[in-house]
Amino acid sequence: MSTTTTPTPKGPLGQPLVRREDRRFITGQGRYTDDIVLPGMTHAAIVRSPHAHARILSIDTTAARQAPGVIAIFTGQDVAADKVGGLPCGWLVKNKDGSNMVEPPHPILVADRARHVGDQVALVVAETRAQARAALSLIAVEYEPLPAVASLAAARAAGAAQVWDQAPGNVCYDWHLGDPTATEQALKAAHQIVEIDVYHNRLIPNAIEPRSAIGQYESGTDSYTLYTSSQNPHLIRLLLGAFVLGLPEHRLRVVAPDVGGGFGSKIFHYAEEALVVWAARKVGRPIKWTAERSESFMSDAHGRDVHMRARLGVDKDGRFLGLHVQSQANLGAYLSTFASSVPTYLSATLMAGCYTTPAIYVEVKSIFTHTVPVDAYRGAGRPEAAYLLERLVDKAANALGMDRLEIRRKNFITQFPYKTPVALEYDSGDYHATLDMALAAVDYAGFPARREASQARGKLRGIGFSTYVEACGIAPSAVAGALGARAGLYESATVRMHPTGSVTVFTGTHSHGQGHETTFAQLVAEQLGVPVDSVEVVHGDTARIPFGMGTYGSRSLAVGGSAIVKATDKIIAKGKKIAAHLLEAAEADIEFKNGAFTVVGTNRQKTIGEVAFTAYVPHNYPIDKVEPGLEESAFYDPKNFTFPAGCHAIEVEIDPETGVVTLENVVAADDVGTIINPLIVDGQMHGGLAQGIGQALFEEAQYDESGQLLTGSYLNYGMPRAADFPFFKVGNHVTACTHNPLGAKGVGEVGAIGVPPAVINAVLDALAPLGVRDISMPATPEKIWRAIQDAKAKAQH
Amino acid sequence: MKRWKQSELVPVQVELNGVQRRGLCEPRVLLSDFLRDTLGATGTHVGCETGECGACTIRVDGVAQRSCLTLAVQADGRCIETVEGLAQADGSLCELQHALRERFALQCGFCIPGILMTCAEMLKRRPLPEDEQIPGLLAGHLCRCTGYTDLLAAVRHTVAEVRRREAAHPASAPSVGVHDA
Amino acid sequence: MRDFNFHRPASVAEAVGLLRKHSGGKFLAGGQSLLPVLKLDMADPSDLISLSGIAELRGIRVEGNTLIIGAGMRHAEVAQSPEVQRTIPGLARLADHIGDAQVRNRGTLGGSLAHADPAADYPAAIVALNGTVQTDRRTIAADDFFTGLFETALRPDEVITAVRFPVPTRCAYAKFGSHASKYALVGVMVAKTADGVRVAVTGAGPYAFRAAALETALGQSFSVAAIEALGENLGVRADDLNNTAEASGAYRKHLIAVLAKRAVAACL
Repeated sequence: MSTTTTPTPKGPLGQPLVRREDRRFITGQGRYTDDIVLPGMTHAAIVRSPHAHARILSIDTTAARQAPGVIAIFTGQDVAADKVGGLPCGWLVKNKDGSNMVEPPHPILVADRARHVGDQVALVVAETRAQARAALSLIAVEYEPLPAVASLAAARAAGAAQVWDQAPGNVCYDWHLGDPTATEQALKAAHQIVEIDVYHNRLIPNAIEPRSAIGQYESGTDSYTLYTSSQNPHLIRLLLGAFVLGLPEHRLRVVAPDVGGGFGSKIFHYAEEALVVWAARKVGRPIKWTAERSESFMSDAHGRDVHMRARLGVDKDGRFLGLHVQSQANLGAYLSTFASSVPTYLSATLMAGCYTTPAIYVEVKSIFTHTVPVDAYRGAGRPEAAYLLERLVDKAANALGMDRLEIRRKNFITQFPYKTPVALEYDSGDYHATLDMALAAVDYAGFPARREASQARGKLRGIGFSTYVEACGIAPSAVAGALGARAGLYESATVRMHPTGSVTVFTGTHSHGQGHETTFAQLVAEQLGVPVDSVEVVHGDTARIPFGMGTYGSRSLAVGGSAIVKATDKIIAKGKKIAAHLLEAAEADIEFKNGAFTVVGTNRQKTIGEVAFTAYVPHNYPIDKVEPGLEESAFYDPKNFTFPAGCHAIEVEIDPETGVVTLENVVAADDVGTIINPLIVDGQMHGGLAQGIGQALFEEAQYDESGQLLTGSYLNYGMPRAADFPFFKVGNHVTACTHNPLGAKGVGEVGAIGVPPAVINAVLDALAPLGVRDISMPATPEKIWRAIQDAKAKAQH
Repeated sequence: MKRWKQSELVPVQVELNGVQRRGLCEPRVLLSDFLRDTLGATGTHVGCETGECGACTIRVDGVAQRSCLTLAVQADGRCIETVEGLAQADGSLCELQHALRERFALQCGFCIPGILMTCAEMLKRRPLPEDEQIPGLLAGHLCRCTGYTDLLAAVRHTVAEVRRREAAHPASAPSVGVHDA
Repeated sequence: MRDFNFHRPASVAEAVGLLRKHSGGKFLAGGQSLLPVLKLDMADPSDLISLSGIAELRGIRVEGNTLIIGAGMRHAEVAQSPEVQRTIPGLARLADHIGDAQVRNRGTLGGSLAHADPAADYPAAIVALNGTVQTDRRTIAADDFFTGLFETALRPDEVITAVRFPVPTRCAYAKFGSHASKYALVGVMVAKTADGVRVAVTGAGPYAFRAAALETALGQSFSVAAIEALGENLGVRADDLNNTAEASGAYRKHLIAVLAKRAVAACL
């Protein structure tokens, strides 16, 4: 596949240009945080709690202070004595009764109590990385281990250990959305009620670049710099400056250089970022900290870990009448930056899916446990909604004896805009079109023959679908603010035309694999009619870019790109004034097209380069009307979420002897809105699909009862490798977003959102002849083998 | 705990991408850290501790290996090739780099230096690997961004190009060497 | 990683002498297992004595009906060796599927055996093929070599110099690898020799072991059916096998039978 239903473009927009950032990456000239060396730089290592829950009785640093190269050691006592603030949570969620969620403190070094394995207890600063790490074992921390709760079930059990005294029953909040009365009535009136119980496995994002941070303090200017592997440097500057260290923002620069993948895990403000900045001033030298992979496993925010139960009421024709969802989300030991919003506003709001279910009620309890904080990871809440719904819809079809595609088509939303019962208004979409596209690409008609061929070889073959919708491009700031967001959600751009006609674009978004340097250059080249090569894109440095919110939630093109369009519109508007002066025409008679300002109906024109030159050398210039220079900034606040949607189809073959699943066909037909660069869109799809398949088949963070992470390294946390996948078939059917100037929706997460239920539905389709009705993610070989054994045993009785 | 004085550091001399480089380090220093911290060759990346991610893969005397599972002292006197040495001196990309770029094989770029070095060795194998063998030969690498789809397409394309060229102009094929260190 | 001194002896005798002098030391072969252990601070040797530069540990040759592989031979070299491919192709295939390409380029036969990882592949080969470990001072039969989890009959200052593999009539190795680590959750090597059938299992227990019930059944009838006829009676108890998040004892027991069948099928 890899086709779009839009015509081939003429301008730079829509062209499959190779990425300009790739040259530095394939020649070893990428510049990631750990590559940076500052004069006099020291190195930090962190003592982390080996216990899930323990009182810290004493810390003896005497021996470590004598160790070679050690410069300083800091503990939670030092942090507390300096009145350093805790890491704040960026979203206030209210309880059903209107009261606020519990917000426990989140110190950057704990002083009295550790609450998860990996909780940071002390900071060692030494001359070299090896010396800092070697000194860790010389720090004697006396712990009194306390009972721990490491799972949702354990945390909710009667008499469970308390993570926080102020959160009885370990409940952070008990929230709801939708209409309970209408939903209950709809369920009562239903012909049949279909129930499901699903667990969204806990995942570890595992960007291959470990997190890294360098703090620097310069006393001569009384200013601070933080280099950090972050997806959003301004957000870090705001949280670090205003909340944690109390530093004035104009003296704090945050640089996020090349960043080696994020997937959400590098959105959040982490303790280490604050520690290296705070300690750099103490020791008077720059400090670098880079995570070892084992530290990443126990300090990067994890994802998912949500348990859901749902009841769907259907009439006898298969129409969905009402849906009641009860969910419990594991937040870990502390509230990470956006943790509270993930199971609520990013998940419950998607419970309509692409269906016309008229009554929906969602209840969400979020729970503290003695585990690493859980926060947004690729998809963030929407994969949970899609997985629940798409499993449930297959179940409903089975229960009614209906075709699983027919039941979907019967309930698809077809009229837009569509207001759901869970607070969203979908602006556009064509769910039948993407389903048709996927069916063609997967050769659904040929499936029965392929199934027979597998059977002949002793293998089980299955096909599964998911038709999902998601919400991204978050979001109108006023709406988000009313719902508890503590930050704005606009995006910024500055477009600077240089005197000789080249352009630098400063964007508030951040690229860590998404290829903004290429996409945004194409966008600006299209807008201003200049060659793509003459546009440079700058991101990731608060000293250079306007205040922006960074990159997450598939927002960069829909929100950041729209800000760029706004800024280029301003450039053109100012250019018209200048051109009118130069061409001695009325401003109203000037039109801008293909890089030139023309007097309408004549061939008199000035190129944008000539206009730019005049703006900087304003000898013949309308100085009374406009200022010199040609540089404009814009902030774009989205009017709504965007709603990418699509159909993912997965075909698997299972070896019943071992339970091994082989992916035979991976198809994704998506509507991600307007496409600027199809290569980049395909790549984002591939990556999302890979991570979604990882969730469905391979990945799970597991804790034992005492709160020890059992899957703490690449030796036991399995992630997809090159041999795991067939060639992905991806394609797009575009319906434009109606409320942003580009018509863009977003593509970063749709793969991870749509594909897990398609995989599990395919596995269950393959196993259906044996009587297997349910399987949880990840569907590992042993789990499948056991399900087959259990089904066989049941069949014999 | 022993203390290392500067005089007790061990000299390590390597030929790095054709240039003789020398540095002093403790015996415990990994080759990856020696390259990055001592020689300033930061193109080679470190993604894990246990030798699974493959980002640190380099070639020592032509053989692809993990620089994070090699001590710098073990590389003394050896010839090391890293991602920085793949392109021509004039900046023109090698065939493999070109294919990866043309086929959109990378995103964040962090894992790519190691993958390139494994592929560089792969292209020296005779017989060249068949298409279906290539994913297995990349089993020592983790990429979290791309789903490997375009990466595999790029590598297969390059292997096919080399095969086609050699079929047209049979020449002495390089052999796979394995060295001692 | 803790500090240590590094030595690069040129001979086995020198290596042994160095270890006797530095009793807190360890031999370093390919380093693919030992270096991760050191990086995770799970060992703290005073000295590392590299075996990589010792010519005596190199080489592959055939003597009569015995294949002799130097302990310093790397997995990739074993996999690509014409002598190994000609005499015991099943061993070449096993070596070609150890770890990944980079591991095979560094890891050595001797290093793998001395490390005695319960999930390593070579132990299944040496046990099934009834190999002999040649050290600087004696020979050790495969059946006596592995003594426990990461434990062998080797003395701390003893160096494996070569391994002698009697050439079997046929042999094959079938492995079910961990998706995460690529180590064997279970690996089964089946070897048919003039003296009978030997079946060795790696990955499932604390160290590679022989599966007597399978050997007996296959000795009577070298066929897939012979294994199927055993049903659950493999002579191993699920409770005695490794039980981890990735694979339970019961699943590993099941895999032993599945992999034994696949190995036998590959021999036929």
